[in-house]
Amino acid sequence: MAENSNKTKLLSYVLLAAGIAGLAFALVLDFSGSSAGFRGPLLVAGAIVFLVGLYFFPTVEHHRSIINFIFLFPLLFTFAVTVLIPLALGIVYSFTDWNGIRLTGFVGFSNYATMFKDPSFVWSVLLTFLFVIFNMVLINVIGFMLALLCTSKMRGINFFRASYFLPNLIGGIVLGYIWQFVFNNVLIQITSKWGMMNSILANTKTAFAAIVVVYIWQYAGYIMLIYVTGLTTVPKDVLEASQIDGANALTTLFKIKIPMIASTVTICTFLTLTSAFKQFDVNMALTNGTGSVADFMGSYLTNGTQMLALNIYNTAITKNSYALGQAKAVLFFIILASVSIIQVRISNSKEVEL
Amino acid sequence: MGMKKSSKIIFTILGTIVAIYTLFPFYLVVLNTFKNANGIVANPVGFGGVSFSQLMANISAVVNNSNFNFWYAFGTSVIITVLSLVLLALFGGMAAWVICRNKTKWSTAIYMVFIASMIIPFQVVMLPLISTFRDVSQFIGISMLQSIPGIVFAYCGFGGAMTVFILTGFIKGIPYELEEAAAIDGCSPEGTFFRIIFPLLTPVITTVTILNGMWIWNDYLLPSLMLGQNGKVKTLPVAVQAFVGSYVKQWDLILTAALLAIVPMIVIFLVAQKQIMNGMVEGAIK
Repeated sequence: MAENSNKTKLLSYVLLAAGIAGLAFALVLDFSGSSAGFRGPLLVAGAIVFLVGLYFFPTVEHHRSIINFIFLFPLLFTFAVTVLIPLALGIVYSFTDWNGIRLTGFVGFSNYATMFKDPSFVWSVLLTFLFVIFNMVLINVIGFMLALLCTSKMRGINFFRASYFLPNLIGGIVLGYIWQFVFNNVLIQITSKWGMMNSILANTKTAFAAIVVVYIWQYAGYIMLIYVTGLTTVPKDVLEASQIDGANALTTLFKIKIPMIASTVTICTFLTLTSAFKQFDVNMALTNGTGSVADFMGSYLTNGTQMLALNIYNTAITKNSYALGQAKAVLFFIILASVSIIQVRISNSKEVEL
Repeated sequence: MGMKKSSKIIFTILGTIVAIYTLFPFYLVVLNTFKNANGIVANPVGFGGVSFSQLMANISAVVNNSNFNFWYAFGTSVIITVLSLVLLALFGGMAAWVICRNKTKWSTAIYMVFIASMIIPFQVVMLPLISTFRDVSQFIGISMLQSIPGIVFAYCGFGGAMTVFILTGFIKGIPYELEEAAAIDGCSPEGTFFRIIFPLLTPVITTVTILNGMWIWNDYLLPSLMLGQNGKVKTLPVAVQAFVGSYVKQWDLILTAALLAIVPMIVIFLVAQKQIMNGMVEGAIK
């Protein structure tokens, strides 16, 4: 026993020393600007060897703390590098003249001032709000009606549920192109008989409606599933009691079912709100934001169907204005956070009233 | 009684109409991959011009296309998704267990940061993320952009918050007496986690894996930014985008590419339909 613990002790110290040595050597190479190809693997190996050494560290009272550290480390490390550090940097960059690689100085609020003077950006913001309102209302209403349909006693219910949900499995890019085909090649054959020779994607207003339709097609099945689960939690005896009391289907729906699934409504509203705000893939694949607007704030616009997420992407990646794009992204974050918090507050207060 | 029967028929008719609407685009995709470009333009809805040899010709034209490179993109997507899901389940489980079973200021603070971060949209971190990864690559000499390990690393970071949130909720419900009994029997804390807690997490890890898997497999923006539109490494959605960009309006090829991109997901859905639908709902409710 004693010999065994001595061996572990030795192993632990050797590993810790080797790990620190590896890390230190790799870091020295990094800071000295060496281009030795093994410095990266050495750094990673050093860190892993150090953690293993830490694991074998001969202690009883601190073993639990060491395990806690080792268990938390991987996720926290990746989270910090991919989310926390870029978020902090991003907020700083929005006040500078950052070009995606380096920056030369702070510019105060001038990025923010620029974007509010840009009619195409203001258009994107307003369009996004319109899109969110349309989708929040329509997806919830349609999803709820489909859920009522799918909880009624009709035949083949599993098939219907699965086929309504199916579009949600497909990524926005692919289904955006599929619908582009539907609008440009299939629907046009029908509408041309009525004298509409252009695709509905060619007109800004109808193209916007098309994005709304496609997004509902993608998302309503998912929201339906959540409402189905909510509706099945409504106790059967309550429904029976209301039937015995002579309540008709509509009264049961509005006075019993909907109030009893208020928390489900909150969840679905939140989901549709945040996902519609962040919509990017369908927007990009279906219209890529194009569409003409004759006169908005005194300018002619060509980004008639461009929503906020796509506007940010195009500002930074296509037009190469990284600092401006980042400032728009920070504003996007602020809007999304405030709207979500307000929505949750309102829903919670309503739930309490009920 | 008669009233009920008629409403049943009306419901079934309504349901069928909606089902036709939701499935119609899929029908068009499958149908038109059996046609050549002229056949699609002539009649995209009917069966005219359909032939099996044309389907084969379309598939081989798309699969061997250098912009699409289907098998390579498919393999890349599979590796990225599977690695990310395994690591998220493992690291997420470990982190959630520590957060749940240590009521210290630190663990509460970490949990709060995770929860709060779920509202952060990808757009606000994507630009500095790319530059951070580029700097890290140059500093340590391992490519984080245009590499599979880099993307898996990023998915662990982005998926971590939701994974920990759902897993913590589940671990709270596991009786602590189990762990105390194991400790009395001389089980180490890490042994307790891997032998007792982790196996109990199976149902909730299924939920988390479905939620993360749907998102990672279909994600376009992150891989397109990290890998580049025309980089060497491509995931399936990036490959579709690159392919469509180079073959504007060639619908026979574009629809075949779309079909190849959606078939894997449909197959998985047919096999694990119940688990996927339940998982998506449970993830939302929690």
